[in-house]
Amino acid sequence: MGVPLQIRKLAVYVVGLAPAVALFWLGVDNQLGPEPIKELEQELGQWALRFLLAALAVTPLRRFVGVDLMRYRRALGLLAFYYAFLHLAAYVALDHGFDWAAVWADIVKRPYVTVGMASFAILLPLALTSNAAAIRRMGGKAWAKLHRLVYVAALAAAAHFVLIVKSWPAEPLIYAGLTVALLLSRLAPVRSRRGTLAL
Amino acid sequence: AASLVGAKSRFSTDERPTPRADVVAYNNFYEFGGGKSDPAARAGSLTTSPWSVEIDGLVAKPAKYALEDLIRSSELEERIYRMRCVEGWSMVIPWLGVPLASVLARAEPLGSAKYVAFESLVRPEEMPGQAGFLQLLPWPYVEGLRLDEALHPLTLLAVGLYGEALPNQNGAPLRLVVPWKYGFKGIKSIVRISLVEAQPKTSWNVQNPREYGFFSNVNPKVDHPRWTQATERRIGEGGLFAKRRPTLMFNGYAQEVAGLYAGMDLGRYF
Repeated sequence: MGVPLQIRKLAVYVVGLAPAVALFWLGVDNQLGPEPIKELEQELGQWALRFLLAALAVTPLRRFVGVDLMRYRRALGLLAFYYAFLHLAAYVALDHGFDWAAVWADIVKRPYVTVGMASFAILLPLALTSNAAAIRRMGGKAWAKLHRLVYVAALAAAAHFVLIVKSWPAEPLIYAGLTVALLLSRLAPVRSRRGTLAL
Repeated sequence: AASLVGAKSRFSTDERPTPRADVVAYNNFYEFGGGKSDPAARAGSLTTSPWSVEIDGLVAKPAKYALEDLIRSSELEERIYRMRCVEGWSMVIPWLGVPLASVLARAEPLGSAKYVAFESLVRPEEMPGQAGFLQLLPWPYVEGLRLDEALHPLTLLAVGLYGEALPNQNGAPLRLVVPWKYGFKGIKSIVRISLVEAQPKTSWNVQNPREYGFFSNVNPKVDHPRWTQATERRIGEGGLFAKRRPTLMFNGYAQEVAGLYAGMDLGRYF
């Protein structure tokens, strides 16, 4: 009840980053299975996708369910970015051992890496402008326009997952389906206060 | 599991075998699900005894063999082979088995036989990956070799690993091991071996012909369309900070098998 908003926001970051801490700890302790690098890399990527979907769910939750988590949306979006960054760092540092030539070859030759990098490249400016000062400087309209790019980043991230797997396992398809559903929900017509369609 | 002993073989590598714990825990066996730990978790209930194998097609003596008549434990060899998965990881596994050639000889292949086709068990009630809504491959899993590949002395029919009968998740009770090809060519839980004239269908080639060829020889110069095959990660080596190792042509068995493909364009026949 009486917990101040700042503390509650901080809690979202602390809880949100707990999986990353746990994964690194398990990795260092050699508990991530026979392919620990791949496991760490994939788990970090999936957490990025989860937080991206959580951030995208805020608006439809408010509109269709009446649950307002708008105050935590920035934290969810930034967590998605942090995990995307850690996922990329694991790929460059652990998977490729800073072999930049191999990383570059991956980016230009492998569509799943290309769209993954594109997703990260989009998330970067969004993360850098996720503060009150940037909103003031840019103006609300321009800021909102820029941040609509998150839709593209989410689609690219979901495609990144679908493109790497063999055959058609369920998990990447479920993430892709959720992404598309959350984006489509934004196309639902807006009702006015009186309950008539505002066309 | 029952312990097995095999004669040492000159074909064995002296590389350090991958820890048994990893060999029996990290498997692709889509009949039990798509996750690497699914086979170890879900294959326990597979009934592997009694087991029979049909050898048919272009042979003088087609027959249905009980497994214990097909492969006698006194004939077993231990073969320590590298195993390279198409996904980019590798292991070193001490198999127990007999050369496929010696088994085929008993059926007396006819001169018209050009290929060998293999078929896996279909038993949805014991193989959860073959039941339900989302199935990852069409069943039965099928594989094939050219006859000269099948008769090559490196090609093994395995019934065990690490001194015991094959754990179910590794393809019990009988699987193929072709060490110079990607691991998925090593069809598991075999119930039929047919000598045929035309190149047989193979499961992953049917699933995605652009990505998985009939030959599927390990080749660092021919990338998978979606990932590199130039390097690999050896399972159980070095944890979080392990380096990739270069993948070897024909998985390091070029000296023995390169002659099978003399003059062939390996980029086209991948």
